[in-house]
Amino acid sequence: MSPSILSIQNLTKTYVDKLQALKNINLEIHRGEIFALLGPNGAGKTTLINAICGIVNPRGGKILVDGFDVIKDFRMTRSLIGLVPQELTTDVFETVWDTVNFSRGLFGKSPDHAYVEQTLKQLSLWDKKNNKIMTLSGGMKRRVMIAKALSHEPRVLFLDEPTAGVDVSLRKDMWDKVRALKETGVTIILTTHYLDEAEEMADRIAVINHGEIIVTEKKTALMKELGRKLLTLDLKSPLKAVPVPLNRWKLSLNAEGTQLIYTYDSTKDDNGIAELLSGLSAAGIHYKDIHTDQSSLEEIFIQLVKPT
Amino acid sequence: MNLNAVNAIYSFEMARWWRTLAQSIAAPVISTTLYFVVFGAAIGSRISEINGIGYGSFIVPGLIMLSVLQESIANASFGIYFPKYNGSIYEILSAPIATVEILLGFVGAAASKSIMLGLLILATAYLFVPITIHHPLLMFLFLVFTSVTFSLFGFMIGVWADSFEKLQIVPMLIMTPLTFLGGSFYSISMLPAVWQKISMLNPVVYLISGFRWSFYESADVALGVSLFMITIFLLACLVLVRWMLITGYRLKN
Repeated sequence: MSPSILSIQNLTKTYVDKLQALKNINLEIHRGEIFALLGPNGAGKTTLINAICGIVNPRGGKILVDGFDVIKDFRMTRSLIGLVPQELTTDVFETVWDTVNFSRGLFGKSPDHAYVEQTLKQLSLWDKKNNKIMTLSGGMKRRVMIAKALSHEPRVLFLDEPTAGVDVSLRKDMWDKVRALKETGVTIILTTHYLDEAEEMADRIAVINHGEIIVTEKKTALMKELGRKLLTLDLKSPLKAVPVPLNRWKLSLNAEGTQLIYTYDSTKDDNGIAELLSGLSAAGIHYKDIHTDQSSLEEIFIQLVKPT
Repeated sequence: MNLNAVNAIYSFEMARWWRTLAQSIAAPVISTTLYFVVFGAAIGSRISEINGIGYGSFIVPGLIMLSVLQESIANASFGIYFPKYNGSIYEILSAPIATVEILLGFVGAAASKSIMLGLLILATAYLFVPITIHHPLLMFLFLVFTSVTFSLFGFMIGVWADSFEKLQIVPMLIMTPLTFLGGSFYSISMLPAVWQKISMLNPVVYLISGFRWSFYESADVALGVSLFMITIFLLACLVLVRWMLITGYRLKN
């Protein structure tokens, strides 16, 4: 069995208005992982998901889901995939129960009321099962979209901005559900603008910008490789400027002159900290405290997608 | 064949019909009843028989066709346009469904509604005028063929339309005039010679003529020609709809 549940090779997509939404995308997604696809608005995240799910026609390249081609073997690949789209798009005149059962049938599954009941209960929707969707709150509608995507027991679940417009409590519930799904072996691919979520949830992360994958990496490795570390020294006496003998460390001084900040590469053995501390003593600069900070995923993301 | 998907779409569409029962059934039946009252009783009593058939009875096949055509187009076009409009089309496009299964679901439901409506109008007509159906099987065949063909046509309009206005344009500006001028209320032979020739360009003439023949064995054009024309129209719609679904015309980017 291939370690990849999803394999994308040289995928391209150009829209009729000549916009090249995807440029030669190559991506492998492993079985059972939570994979976060990050990128600014218009980067190509939704187009990529839609190409995999069959909603847009790719221009070139190949997409395999569990070894099956999404075009030639579309019945097999689509039955393996569940999609929660970004927008809350469903017939609002339907009841929760009807719409989830409709989705199950659409994906070729025989009726299984016990399974649908279990799914609705897990998503705290059971007491709303006879409600029309138009009467539900935004958060509840989002849960309905997830229930629809899970109705046919997919092995790969796409969550396109699943927590957009969802309150903190519901968001936490959703991520608990995602973790539970992962435990059952479901592969989860998510896009989110809440990078703290990706940082907390994802096993691996890809960053897409202008239709190109910039980086694909394990979350821990990405943060280690691209994350800068900052060493902050709280000074006993404020400085007006960084003394000239310390220029080689490219230190920055805060506005009050009370903190010296040193940015260093944590992956290098010779990170310059020991020499800096010696240099400070030699320059007669005394400090009362010292602490370090790691760049957040958000800072790394901004660094990756900033215009060059 | 993904029969569960066909059943899901078909049941969903039929459920929508039942939800809007007044609009779906009562409105066409009431409007047809009004036609009988106005044309059959009030005006019809002053019109002599046409081809040996009382005017009230003569217009029954035309009135059934009028409703069947309009409802087939309206139901099928709305059925596929509404998911496009509200965005839920993503689910159909991402489901393991082949073209034929999508058509069986949407067009099958629209055609079923039209057939039921046609039979309901026929039953209503029995309350007002004497009706004889010489060839019930052929009558039913015409009803089914017409319902399926115009449901396919409506499906195409629904795929093509990108606004509610466009959804209404073809039924209102093309189909309604063609139906009224297709011999619903008169025999083509009653027209001046030049208009008789022009009427032959109207495909609805062949449908109504053939349908009326199955009732009274009286027609404006030969039965074989009617059957041939509806078959051609059905095949043309099938080819076009298939192309739309395979290429993703106005459904997929």
